Amino acid sequence: MAYALQQLINGLTLGAVYGLIAIGYTMVYGIIGMINFAHGDIFMVSAFIAVTAFTLLAAFDITSLPLALTAVLITAIFFTSAYGWAVERMAYRPLRGSTRLAPLISAIGMSIFLQNMVQLTQGARVKPIPPVIEGGIELWRTADFTVQVSWTQIMIVLVTVVLMVAFTWLITQTAFGRQQRACEQDSTMTALLGINVDRTISATFMLGAALAAVAGVMVTVYYGVVDFFIGFVAGIKAFTAAVLGGIGSLPGAMLGGLIIGLIEAFWAAYLSPEYKDVATFAILILVLMFRPSGLLGRPEVEKV
Amino acid sequence: MSATLLSVENLTMRFGGLTAIDDLSVSVPAGKITAIIGPNGAGKTTFFNCLTGFYKPTVGSVRLAHPKKGEMRLETMTGHRVARDAQVVRTFQNIRLFPKMTVLENLIVAQHNFLQEASRFSIAGIFRLSGYRKAESEALKTAAHWLERLGLTDIADVAAGDLPYGTQRRIEIARALCVDPVLLCLDEPAAGLNPRESAELNTLLLSLCREEGIAILLIEHDMSVVMNVSDHICVLNYGRKIAEGTPEEIRNDPQVIKAYLGEDDEETASGEKAA
Repeated sequence: MAYALQQLINGLTLGAVYGLIAIGYTMVYGIIGMINFAHGDIFMVSAFIAVTAFTLLAAFDITSLPLALTAVLITAIFFTSAYGWAVERMAYRPLRGSTRLAPLISAIGMSIFLQNMVQLTQGARVKPIPPVIEGGIELWRTADFTVQVSWTQIMIVLVTVVLMVAFTWLITQTAFGRQQRACEQDSTMTALLGINVDRTISATFMLGAALAAVAGVMVTVYYGVVDFFIGFVAGIKAFTAAVLGGIGSLPGAMLGGLIIGLIEAFWAAYLSPEYKDVATFAILILVLMFRPSGLLGRPEVEKV
Repeated sequence: MSATLLSVENLTMRFGGLTAIDDLSVSVPAGKITAIIGPNGAGKTTFFNCLTGFYKPTVGSVRLAHPKKGEMRLETMTGHRVARDAQVVRTFQNIRLFPKMTVLENLIVAQHNFLQEASRFSIAGIFRLSGYRKAESEALKTAAHWLERLGLTDIADVAAGDLPYGTQRRIEIARALCVDPVLLCLDEPAAGLNPRESAELNTLLLSLCREEGIAILLIEHDMSVVMNVSDHICVLNYGRKIAEGTPEEIRNDPQVIKAYLGEDDEETASGEKAA
């Protein structure tokens, strides 16, 4: 029982991270109908930016934790959004209006490019950072097992919840969100009402990248290590989460992320850690076979 | 005739070997209703597409004498600029509302540029600064005004896609009006309307033109609408202008009658002999 509770906590943490990344997939799919396969690598880039920022802060001897975390978050969000913007501008916008397959292939190319760029400039070895946040709370101690929730886990879940609430508000209540939903439902008509569709699409990519940046910073703090390949696996899992929740659906991406995180944690704990990725991708295949529209992917669901 | 708002000169649009519009020159007067009629495939919708930045004309110019901003060349403008800068707005033959948004939201989206300006790169919008709140309440007021005028107030909060066809047509017009157009281009606004609804449409179009001073360019097959509201009619056939004039003149124009009834020359000649 205690062991299961611990897995629940771990799963929720992981799920929060997947959910944040999945939003980027689902938003881009909603607005231009393509899967941005480079999104996982955008997440990886943000983790490297976080490592760089943490190292720099340590070099300048800034040790105040809230200050350092905020600075790293802002830096990562800023630069990662710039990456998101640039990727769209260079790899996808020139292909708008061509076949559906062209930007997809371009996305895969972009993904390989980003991985190799980071590998060449940062090296292929795993980059560690010293632990940023230490300690946690002991929730429950039984004879043979102690349930622990670390401060990092609490932070990840809290930040994710706050971001998701803010994000839902942004999409449903603000002028920007309205414009975005309009583009998603009929981009031609939106342009004919005088709205700059290209700019809306750029903003969508930047927002998706910003959320991935938050995920990247938190993963860096959580695991303490990054390498150039983390974007691939995390990206594909987040994509699975988006498909599971119903691609194009914002609440679906959050729900899908949570479910994938929980399944991964429990599978690793009770069945076999080696096969946890198999479980995730088996879900992807099953969803595509039996419920291609995903859990919340019904037409009346509000899409981004 | 009043001042010219839109003057189209020598417009030609070719798609490969097909000439959809052939050396068309038309002028649209300010503050009047101009109808474009013609048989199916005459190039009417292509003409609209050339005006609103959908197609880039092969040859020719489209000049708009904007009352505040001076002359603008519509054929060089793309996408959102036609609506944002030139304030030329169109509707579609097949309705294109945002089906999952409410009627009110559809009307607010159309005022996005106005709100965007007030929101200063979304900053003021997100933090709800007073300037933005004021703009927002003005946008709501504009929306409420058109909802009232088109009899949509009761259904403002219903998702647009759930409403009947005739109502959706009116929402589409209301949304276009929220862009604050100097020229409103309506592509078959009476299609699919019942006789009562199309009579209401007549009243609406006339009042928009007479009271609000909005110039209207209309593509329509329903002659009860065309003949009753138009100040000026231009008839197209095979991409060329075959006649232009008042409803009375058009009704009696032999070229127009020929184009619509599809008589060929010999039959007409023998018919005349028999008479």
